[in-house]
Amino acid sequence: MARQPIDQFVEGISAEKRASVYLGTKVTHEKRDKLLHDHYADPDALRRLAGEIKQHVVENLDTYLPKVEAKLQSNGVKVHWASTAEEACAAVHGIMKARGATKLVKAKTMVSEEIGLADYLEHRGIEALETDLGEFIVQIDHDHPSHIVRPIIHKSRKEIATSFEREGLGAYNDDPETITRRARAFLRKKFLQADVGLTGANFVSVESGRLVIVTNEGNSRFSLAATKCHIALVGIEKLVPRDRDLGLFLNLLARSATAQQLTVYTEFISGPKAAAQPDGPEEMHVIFVDNRRTEVLASECREILRCIRCGACLNVCPVYRQVSGHAYRSVYPGPVGAVLSPLLEGDKFADKADLPKASSLCGACNEVCPVNIPIPDLLLRLRNKGKREHAPLAEAGSPPMGAWALMASSPAAWKTALVAGKLMNVLPKTWIPIPAMKAWTDTRTLPEWRGGEFRKWLRQRPRKADGTKGSPQSHTP
Amino acid sequence: MASDRQLPRADRRVMLMATCLCDAFYADAARATVEVLEHLGCTVEFPEGQTCCGQPAFNGGDWDASRQVVRHAVKTFAGDLPVIVPSGSCAAMLTHGTALEFEKEADLGEVRQLGRRTWELADFIVNGLGVKTWPGRYEGRIAFHRSCHCRGSETVPAALALLSSIAGASVAPFGESDQCCGFGGTFSVSFPHISSAMGTLKLEHIRASAPDVLVSVDMSCLMHMAGLAEKAGQPIRTQHVAQVLRDALRNGNLL
Ligand code: SF4
Repeated sequence: MARQPIDQFVEGISAEKRASVYLGTKVTHEKRDKLLHDHYADPDALRRLAGEIKQHVVENLDTYLPKVEAKLQSNGVKVHWASTAEEACAAVHGIMKARGATKLVKAKTMVSEEIGLADYLEHRGIEALETDLGEFIVQIDHDHPSHIVRPIIHKSRKEIATSFEREGLGAYNDDPETITRRARAFLRKKFLQADVGLTGANFVSVESGRLVIVTNEGNSRFSLAATKCHIALVGIEKLVPRDRDLGLFLNLLARSATAQQLTVYTEFISGPKAAAQPDGPEEMHVIFVDNRRTEVLASECREILRCIRCGACLNVCPVYRQVSGHAYRSVYPGPVGAVLSPLLEGDKFADKADLPKASSLCGACNEVCPVNIPIPDLLLRLRNKGKREHAPLAEAGSPPMGAWALMASSPAAWKTALVAGKLMNVLPKTWIPIPAMKAWTDTRTLPEWRGGEFRKWLRQRPRKADGTKGSPQSHTP
Repeated sequence: MASDRQLPRADRRVMLMATCLCDAFYADAARATVEVLEHLGCTVEFPEGQTCCGQPAFNGGDWDASRQVVRHAVKTFAGDLPVIVPSGSCAAMLTHGTALEFEKEADLGEVRQLGRRTWELADFIVNGLGVKTWPGRYEGRIAFHRSCHCRGSETVPAALALLSSIAGASVAPFGESDQCCGFGGTFSVSFPHISSAMGTLKLEHIRASAPDVLVSVDMSCLMHMAGLAEKAGQPIRTQHVAQVLRDALRNGNLL
């Protein structure tokens, strides 16, 4: 039977890499869990509340988006709307062209990965430099992030040291502090030369129009302090209704993402620099990016739009821990990616219809998600969608269950098969599919067939005299 | 789990859904379930027409096929008796999964009615019948695998309370007990490499706590782990929770 692409991918990952991804994710997950329970009597109640707030936002985007646009404008921010990736990239390029700008420094933002911004700008002669250390390393290696919070979780420091040497950033040295220091020295110059600072936003408060940006390296703050123009790329789902909601979300995000009480830098930005401020961007743009989010909103999986990109579901996921991010062939890997990435493909859903199947449906992702997204339910819905639409990747490895369904709704056939052991011939095709029997028995033994034994015992055992102690009764409705 | 679920009747009549896995492979787990329930004064009815809960097709995305089987279960288990299932996974299918795949179906109400009276065995004993400790005797260190489909349900605390209350028994904690064993139905064969790696890791954690027996409320997880362990030449002893409870009764001459 056709083995799934992700299962094949995993064989190509070295044991060392697997071990380091496993350890990195496990440690963060366990710290996160401890921190939440140390600090809160009922973290689950907080997750549920945060989930309800975001669900409310997602279902009321039509009223919140115009409101936040008005607020941002009154704060002196220019607001742009991009319905596609192309439009979002063009908007950034347009702003830069208008300023005659050629150099951009970038803080970490997943939306920019999603729309392929760096490539777009480079093709147009604009330097778009990543300033988050992890993203910087990904960039010099022409690689892709393999985790939404820790982009280089798949890289060893030896590999990083080699890359630095290749890029002329000093002789080989794999001491993390040296690596950081070198990157810092290099980036510092770039910050000062850049015309434009580009960031994402973790949250935008509709009430005040404040953008909230969290980082641990301060690179976002530096991007904004050193440049004259700030562009923020923001997915349309990033809103929270009020400033006071941020307390809940920031506490959950820092703990869920990096097991911190609070990220090291938390910026609240409500507009371009005021006259009284000595530094900061004179010009500020917010580009709201749709890129199929409204399609997701209209789908049966809209809950995924609550996501605050914390990565906790990746860290806990036993499949992600084995395969790491690149196996998902998408910007968003792991459980969130298994839902979001196929949806963001739009009419090319079929290309990624295997992702929702890369899960044992264990539900650990839902249990850690700070906005309580029912990820397993959404995976199931997408499996169903894949089947309904006959996507080859969805059908591979799980053939139609018609024969099984017929059998399992016909008691006589079922019982005959049970006793005759023929159920093996029906069950296997579906639940232990025959072509897949080898896939099972390569690594596991099968238990002994005991079809019908229980029913026989139930029929034949002596009845008890007292009646109350459950003489078994069979009935056929 | 569902707060609107239906409590057992005073006469303690129940229906047993043995599960297709016990029907085909694990006869003794189903038998132990009957013996345990009868020990508690239940009258156990076994609708002969039963087959499967519909989960294989549901998880595979083939919801038409799954609904056909669920409708059969609804017919087979008609009435108002509690339906007891020696599986957290099948119970979750009937209490939660069916609600998802019948969302837009006209017979959602009937399907939910079955869901409201469906109980996983340990949950039923503790929260349905109010039995919080278990009599008899069972010598051994138990590694309890918290099967994933019990997340968010009352099953795990219930099973742990029962197991740890048995004279002679102790529940041995092990690392990463919230992680999946890697079974996942068809996942185990369409992603055999990942599935086996997950199971192997789980077994390492379990072995490190040196248990006498690995216990779960789900035979499916046990089938996967026992199969892996045996194939690797390091077999482990596994028992369904019902078998432990039944053996405790036997050892205490209560059966
Ligand atoms: S789905 Fe939930 S856990 Fe996963 S990244 Fe998004 S917010 Fe975090």
